[in-house]
Amino acid sequence: MLPLQKNKTMFKIGNKEFKSRLFLGTGKFSSGEVMEKSIIASKTEMVTMAMKRINLDNTATDDMAKYIIRTGVQLLPNTSGVRDAKEAVFAAEMAREAFETNFIKLEIHPDPRFLLPDPIETLKATEELAKKGFVVLPYIQADPILCKRLEEVGTAAVMPLGAPIGSNQGLKTKSFLEIIIAQSTVPVIVDAGIGAPSHAASAMEMGADAILVNTAVAVAGDAEKMAKAFALAVEAGRMAYEAKLGAVVHTQAIASSPLTAFLDE
Amino acid sequence: MTFYDIANTLDWKQIEQEILQKTATDVEMALSKNTILNIEDMKALVSPAAEPYLETMAQLSRKATQERFGKTIQFYIPLYLTNACLNHCIYCGFNHNNKIHRVILSDKEILEEVKVIKNMGYEHLLLLTGESPVHAGVDYMEHAMQLVRPYFKQLTLEVQPLKSEEYRRLRDSGLYGVYVYQETYNQERYPIYHPAGLKHDYRWRLETPDRLGEAGVHKIGLGALLGLENWRVESIFMAEHLRYLEKRYWRSRYSVAFPRIRPHEGTFQPQYNVTDKQFTQMIWAFRLFDHDLEMSLTTRESPNMRNHMISLGITSISAGSKTDPGGYAHENELEQFSPNDNRDPKTMLEMVKAQGYDVVWKDWDNFN
Repeated sequence: MLPLQKNKTMFKIGNKEFKSRLFLGTGKFSSGEVMEKSIIASKTEMVTMAMKRINLDNTATDDMAKYIIRTGVQLLPNTSGVRDAKEAVFAAEMAREAFETNFIKLEIHPDPRFLLPDPIETLKATEELAKKGFVVLPYIQADPILCKRLEEVGTAAVMPLGAPIGSNQGLKTKSFLEIIIAQSTVPVIVDAGIGAPSHAASAMEMGADAILVNTAVAVAGDAEKMAKAFALAVEAGRMAYEAKLGAVVHTQAIASSPLTAFLDE
Repeated sequence: MTFYDIANTLDWKQIEQEILQKTATDVEMALSKNTILNIEDMKALVSPAAEPYLETMAQLSRKATQERFGKTIQFYIPLYLTNACLNHCIYCGFNHNNKIHRVILSDKEILEEVKVIKNMGYEHLLLLTGESPVHAGVDYMEHAMQLVRPYFKQLTLEVQPLKSEEYRRLRDSGLYGVYVYQETYNQERYPIYHPAGLKHDYRWRLETPDRLGEAGVHKIGLGALLGLENWRVESIFMAEHLRYLEKRYWRSRYSVAFPRIRPHEGTFQPQYNVTDKQFTQMIWAFRLFDHDLEMSLTTRESPNMRNHMISLGITSISAGSKTDPGGYAHENELEQFSPNDNRDPKTMLEMVKAQGYDVVWKDWDNFN
């Protein structure tokens, strides 16, 4: 189905509607308190958290989880740290049981150095998880064909990267993100590499449905303030997109007409 | 869901108004973008406000086309297999009501045509029929394709809408692409032009590209017959159709044709005359909307128009065409429309070469 969205300012993943188009990662914060304040300041409605980091024996008292659960936002468990589809499906099933959510952010990176997503394992895992009723949000390379293949196996969204994760380099994959946005029939969430609110605004102006940011907020001098700055940037970018951004006009009517004179013959 | 559901959300009159409201600023903004254009940009480019920008559109079209296709132009030729037709399209020479001699080519006659066509140098063949499922149904087409397949590198069809499984079947006989023109996207007015016959069903025709996409047909061609309804609104419906198909059937490539009504047997004459300027505006708008779109120009157009458009957005062209079944090997008077450009392929080739362009007789082999 094409997303025929009635209300432009809301958007939908699975059957959940979101007002905020900013998602937050929860790694690298200096403390649980700082993370909690940042989540609140960002007005995000969904945060992601690595299953591998959570104490699954008691999620309510887990150091990280308790701060997140307290804010009341939707939790998006992620499979960060898994190395193949099999491990990812296992992690997703654990997450569903522990947090009673069928949302799963699929991150499969067999490469521990650059944490780049494995497209083949990701496609496999998405297909299997979608069949099992999960709302799958895969973290992927900005590869337009992979996005279409993921759509065909039932992905709920795609999360192409803007630049290597944690690099704060911004939208290095811009040309490919443009193709993905033009071609996609599911929400496009730009993930990884977004290092400044201007990058987030830029992604939103291009027509991304949402962005996910973590490092840029978590390691900022004032994380809470930076979270707020991202919220404003995402909102501004979206507003600009809806207001139909004007291009820099460098084209005007031309008086001489070498190519079209034949029409007057 | 198919494009029919999308088409039902589009309001012809409202789109007409929106096009008329576009301003010079909207046009300049669309022409200045270096990202993929959206439907609003397209409305600006086909609007009256874009008329002073034709030269700019021509220049940008040339640039975009050369970047994607190089300085080349593909040659193809139509082969009409039959003029038997049960439809009553009021604008067409093959209209069931027209008292003309109906012919369905036999194997021998088809091969006679092939011989003449091969002598002209062609490798890309477009097979056409009227709509007469009993005499020229999918069995006949399959047989005809198998018959001519050894002689050509690329076979495309312009025949009545078929079912998905029929298209799948024809793929095994070498089918590369299919052109099914909607004629008009105006759902309310469509039945006026197609009062009877199988073509009367707007929805069945509109959903044909969906069925082609499902069947995995490599190339899908869209088109509106220019002269029936407001070409600006047709352009927007076609642009919506394209965007829908590109997202959904992303493994296929797309082409657009711009048939303008020519004088023909019968009494119908175009109500919305499309001038040369409007005609080129539409072509250039589509080129800027979609840089990788294939666009063809048939012998309905004049030599002057065809000469100039070689380097301005068009990617394929026919030459020496006969629009009557059996017309290559024998003189007869059964044509669907009278060609406006009767130059032979050799003359066309020289014209193309003189412009610094190369003719592509054979594009790709079909490995399926």
